[in-house]
Amino acid sequence: MTDGPTPPDTVSPARWRWLQDIGRHACVALAQAYALLGFLGQSVLALAGWVSHPKRIRWRPVLFNLRSAGLDALPIVGLLSLLLGVVVAYQGADQLKQYGANIFVADLVGLSMLREFGPLMTAIIIAGRSGSAYAAQIGTMTVTQEIDAMRTIGIAPLEMLVLPKLLALMIAMPLLTVFADVTGVLGGMLTARTQLGVGFGEFLDRFAKAISVSSYLVGLGKAPVFAAIVVMVGCFQGFRTHGGADSVGQQTTRAVVQSIFLVIVADALFSVVFNLLDL
Amino acid sequence: MTSSAPETVLEMRDVVTRFGQHVVHQGVSLAVRRGEVFAVIGGSGSGKSTLLREMILLQTPNEGAVHVLGVDLHGISDDAALALRQRFGVLFQQGGLFGSLTILENIGLPLREHRQLDDPAVDAIAAQKLAAVGLTPEVGGQYPAELSGGMVKRAALARALVLDPELLFLDEPTAGLDPQNAAGIDELVRHLSRGLGLTVVMITHDLDLLWQVSDRVAVLGDGKVQGIGSMAELAQIANPAIQPFFEGPRTRAAQAQACLAHEESSSKPK
Repeated sequence: MTDGPTPPDTVSPARWRWLQDIGRHACVALAQAYALLGFLGQSVLALAGWVSHPKRIRWRPVLFNLRSAGLDALPIVGLLSLLLGVVVAYQGADQLKQYGANIFVADLVGLSMLREFGPLMTAIIIAGRSGSAYAAQIGTMTVTQEIDAMRTIGIAPLEMLVLPKLLALMIAMPLLTVFADVTGVLGGMLTARTQLGVGFGEFLDRFAKAISVSSYLVGLGKAPVFAAIVVMVGCFQGFRTHGGADSVGQQTTRAVVQSIFLVIVADALFSVVFNLLDL
Repeated sequence: MTSSAPETVLEMRDVVTRFGQHVVHQGVSLAVRRGEVFAVIGGSGSGKSTLLREMILLQTPNEGAVHVLGVDLHGISDDAALALRQRFGVLFQQGGLFGSLTILENIGLPLREHRQLDDPAVDAIAAQKLAAVGLTPEVGGQYPAELSGGMVKRAALARALVLDPELLFLDEPTAGLDPQNAAGIDELVRHLSRGLGLTVVMITHDLDLLWQVSDRVAVLGDGKVQGIGSMAELAQIANPAIQPFFEGPRTRAAQAQACLAHEESSSKPK
């Protein structure tokens, strides 16, 4: 899995060192992307094995992960989305008031929460909360030789540790996103009433007219992709742990940074694609 | 052992392992006979652990052939690998017990995976193995983090033995243990080999284990096997790669004790 380009080991004058560093970092990043792609391929193959032999699905860890990554995340996802809804409405309130367009706060909050902030906030919270946990768990198991033991006992670590997380989060993330949408809009409604004098009834009337179902589905459709990114990057970095306990910390940090980075990149790509498709 | 011709259970031929530019093994060949206790020693960085990983299907050598229990590991299929894995047990240096499972669940895990048994039957076999490695039944309900280093090793050994393997791999079984616990492990390994007829392959630095329990020892150095034989035979070889293992006061003490034990056992009336 560590194939791919390796940084050349040449010595250059000190003033060109920065160029060499850029090249070396690019090579390392490329090699890692290549390895991640390999890991993704292995996981997809294993998943195909599960789909063709549903008896092999390990339901216990799936359910466990549904609870730990899904149910247990409800309070933090709900609270942060509520605050985000409050902030978005608050920021818009001044502009809207100037034009006497108070009622359009429903458009502002509805579209931004449902299309962008709901799925994005959820994915970022889950990347920090569960992505780190995945990397730390697998990293620790690598250090304590539990992964080796698992292999020698004849249990594929991918099937025991990665696929249940993938399956669970791909179910949980859309559900959490819906929850984030609801609390986010609720936050917007609270601000609308206190700052703009738009009542709950008025807000919801306008909301129903302004927001199409496709906006809601566009947001929701991103959630499984974000889930896959968080699980894959978290597990991948966990498996790359080598050496001692300090490596676990490093890999955990990397997992969080990279999964948030990739989630935002994917979100940007989604925006471009949806724009082209006129959604 | 009563078997006539010594049968080979594990064979490595001209194994070459490279990590990038770094060559770890450059033509390692060795054969382990059925029923013996075979130890691999060598300085740190000599590739002992890598060699063990290649024997237990965790790593593939770059060149050379590895046969375990008559199965060629080169290009082995997943199903064949799964079947082979159930015929040997491994005790990892850290134990490798699953922290989320109790000791009894850990020991029973291979049975739950590979045998069609109901829970009471699994627990009964696990409890029996727990007793066989000298642990009390109360330990079964505890988690690995609650146990001492010696108990973790014993519990991990019980898990390695639960499928009644023909071949047992031990990675530094006494490393990090106090002398009393280490002596207990010595005794256990001897019992497994002499009493149950298991073939044992181990990596160790423990001189007592080498002198008193091992039948044959392979010395790894410079990427090759520098010598194979009993400790007494190896002590006679004037190879600069082997001699360091036979010098120093600790070695002499272990050697003297081994000779004493040998005389005692041979002078007993039959």
